[in-house]
Amino acid sequence: MGGDRTMTKADIIESIYEKVGGFSKKESAEIVEAVFDTIKETLRSGEKIKISGFGNFVVRAKKQRMGRNPQTGTPIVIAERRVLTFKPSQVLKNALNQRKPGRDEGQTKAPPVSSTTA
Amino acid sequence: MREDPPGRKVPPMTKSELIDAVAQRTNITKSRAEMVVNCIFDSMAEALQRNDGIEIRGFGSFTVREYKPYSGRNPRTGSPVDVAEKRLPFFKVGKELKELVNTPDAPAVGAAVAPGIDTDDDDDDDDGSES
Repeated sequence: MGGDRTMTKADIIESIYEKVGGFSKKESAEIVEAVFDTIKETLRSGEKIKISGFGNFVVRAKKQRMGRNPQTGTPIVIAERRVLTFKPSQVLKNALNQRKPGRDEGQTKAPPVSSTTA
Repeated sequence: MREDPPGRKVPPMTKSELIDAVAQRTNITKSRAEMVVNCIFDSMAEALQRNDGIEIRGFGSFTVREYKPYSGRNPRTGSPVDVAEKRLPFFKVGKELKELVNTPDAPAVGAAVAPGIDTDDDDDDDDGSES
């Protein structure tokens, strides 16, 4: 199965401190904070963010639609709103599947699925 | 500042623009900022490769979902295709960022979410992450 750990901001700060070097822990923390703050502010303005090799964070506008209160079944208007979605890059997807970092996993031949696996 | 009606395209911020913005904001050089930004996303990608989750408070969390192999169809030709098992990263937006995104600049645009409805039930259509 592998990792069941959860990486947190503290771990990221630690790796900045160790791998980039030259920053105190406090500075490392401030810079990491600045990176995420910048991302958040950008997304807030409706702009998407493309991190090559990782993925895109995209703000989408959802139209108003009818929904139901799942508890009571009462129909209800779901207001128009914006949501954030993440679309992983092909590079990241490949990395998770240990494929050669090429493109288009659709092209790579999938091993035959045995019919016993359901 | 930006009043973009739904559907209107806003140019994306790229990684190098993010790097510039971080350099400016923190008063470090661009090359240092580049190392930092790369290190952040590299370590996140490595975590996901180890099957670890990531939780960034105020931002969101990433998890790896595993999919069993299945046989599907090529939507274009209709011919059957075996899809291998795979792992995909998933992002769940954090509460703070979720609200922030829905409140563009102007404070609380009376985000008229109907009472009783939890906007979290929208697992489905919001999820842009294609297979």
